[in-house]
Amino acid sequence: MATRQTQGLARLMRAPAIILLFIWMIVPLCMTLYYSFLNYNLLNPGMTSWAGWFNYQYFYSDPAFFEAIGNTLILVLGVLFITVVLGIAIAMLIDKPIFGQGIVRILVISPFFVMPPVAALIWKNMIMHPSYGVLADVARFLGVQPVDWFAQYPLFSIILIVAWQWLPFATLILLTSLQSLDTEQMEAAEMDGAPAYSRFLYLVLPHMARAITVVILIQTIFLLGIYAEILVTTNGGPGTASTNLTFLIYRAARLNFDIGGAAAGGIIAVILANIVAVFLMRAVGRNLD
Amino acid sequence: MGQITLQGVTKRFGEVEVIPPLDLTIEDGEFVVFVGPSGCGKSTLLRLIAGLEDVSAGDILIDGKNATDASPARRGLAMVFQSYALYPHMSVRKNIAFPLKMAGVSKPEQDRRIEAAAKALNLTSYLDRRPGQLSGGQRQRVAIGRAIVREPSAFLFDEPLSNLDAALRVGMRLEISELHNRLKTTMIYVTHDQVEAMTMADKIVVLQAGRIEQVGSPLDLYLRPKNVFVAGFIGSPRMNLFSGAAAAEYGAMTIGVRPEHIRISGQGGKWKGRVGVSEHLGSDSFFYVEDTGLAETITVRADGEVTLHHGDTVWLTPDEGKIHRFDTNGDRI
Repeated sequence: MATRQTQGLARLMRAPAIILLFIWMIVPLCMTLYYSFLNYNLLNPGMTSWAGWFNYQYFYSDPAFFEAIGNTLILVLGVLFITVVLGIAIAMLIDKPIFGQGIVRILVISPFFVMPPVAALIWKNMIMHPSYGVLADVARFLGVQPVDWFAQYPLFSIILIVAWQWLPFATLILLTSLQSLDTEQMEAAEMDGAPAYSRFLYLVLPHMARAITVVILIQTIFLLGIYAEILVTTNGGPGTASTNLTFLIYRAARLNFDIGGAAAGGIIAVILANIVAVFLMRAVGRNLD
Repeated sequence: MGQITLQGVTKRFGEVEVIPPLDLTIEDGEFVVFVGPSGCGKSTLLRLIAGLEDVSAGDILIDGKNATDASPARRGLAMVFQSYALYPHMSVRKNIAFPLKMAGVSKPEQDRRIEAAAKALNLTSYLDRRPGQLSGGQRQRVAIGRAIVREPSAFLFDEPLSNLDAALRVGMRLEISELHNRLKTTMIYVTHDQVEAMTMADKIVVLQAGRIEQVGSPLDLYLRPKNVFVAGFIGSPRMNLFSGAAAAEYGAMTIGVRPEHIRISGQGGKWKGRVGVSEHLGSDSFFYVEDTGLAETITVRADGEVTLHHGDTVWLTPDEGKIHRFDTNGDRI
């Protein structure tokens, strides 16, 4: 099949799609790069001038910058930890044949279908609200002071909401992986005298390594850009306690109308995301071979 | 020690009785083969012995002790699966070490046993490979290695050779027989291939629909099949079975004659027919004789030098002393 002629033809046929994708990627990137070197404020759009590295210096020297990077990492790692651990547990539970399996599986998956702002608002107003949230009711029932989640533990609250949204995704991927585990292998391990936790440790976990890697990679891509949940709940606060990099850029662009500064932040975020990607591929990428 | 006794062992899946009450004793050191057509319950029976399935009724005794409710690990048996069931992410060494590690065997002792098993099975140079990098026969040997390091009281084989090609199958068959001669451990071997059963077994258990049709040595089964089913199942090519007038002549409902007990001649004999397909193997020739009026085809085994061709008219004469007779229930007379 792979003669020189067919390869050439294949390259030609692929070209339009690849060129389109390339343009799709490169034009916004170049524009962002260009804006990041301009003094460009929407309050005064006529007065654009060349800024050099000023936008980068300004963004970098923002006291919220390092806090935002820290928050971004905590958010990503926290959600990853919760979704992977709970995802494995739930996947193993719903893999067992139980009564009403179909309905249980649909229920488990359904949070994924709720749009992020809607989910965050429900959590904010109906679950975590200090006066009429469900958690406050529980606290009062137990006779303790209700927790004002978004004021006291803003970042943790957001981690909780985002983890709730991504748990179905992790569960689903891990469940399919679990279902492809050879039952004869498990039986062989049983004959070999491996108790349940050893079977989990030596057979189930290594078998799921690839699926766990996929979950981590895909979720990281999306979690680096978490924004809607922060906007509708804490609005980045109190102060900058729950501001991540994406939200910091949003603040620059939409609250300060500073297009140049926001573009510089965007470029920094892209660079940071690539650094994370390199580390991630180093750490878990070999599972994909 | 590895004496296994089944007393009234029954298995039901819901309403379906897969194995009706069944009694069987397997003596220590015996090589027992469970053989039968697919779906006859032979694998289920093996899994019941292994403890991978729960018995619905009856008892399983291992060395006289009741093991009916013991977990698979506590029974001291090792199993080789049809798919080998090797752990794909572990090296061969770790695969073989796994049961030892689980049993808490010390590291030097582990190494000693692994080396011994690897040497016995010709795996020494593959110890650091993953199962995915091995051929089918090598994987099979790793699975056997994993079983022997535990020094179990009995080995259970579940159609271990069915995934191998014909040449390798013959080789592995010899290796397993050799292993049995060396270890003198009880082995229970499940197969649907009656050639494997005949060549390896000390004792064959023929199963059909969960029932034991006959238990005996390979020659026993060959020379004195207890009923029509065993007669038809054991022996390759199959025994010729006729009913009707030809059988009535011998005072039976059905008679059976093995292909090697029929003389074929171009001049004259008892039954007249026409040669259909003929297979010349050199040492033997098989003729499928048609139009005899007795059965669709009659298989005849003759000397390699007999040359008859498609369409030739021939006469067949059975060896009167070697005719098997069966009554209306299909039982041997």
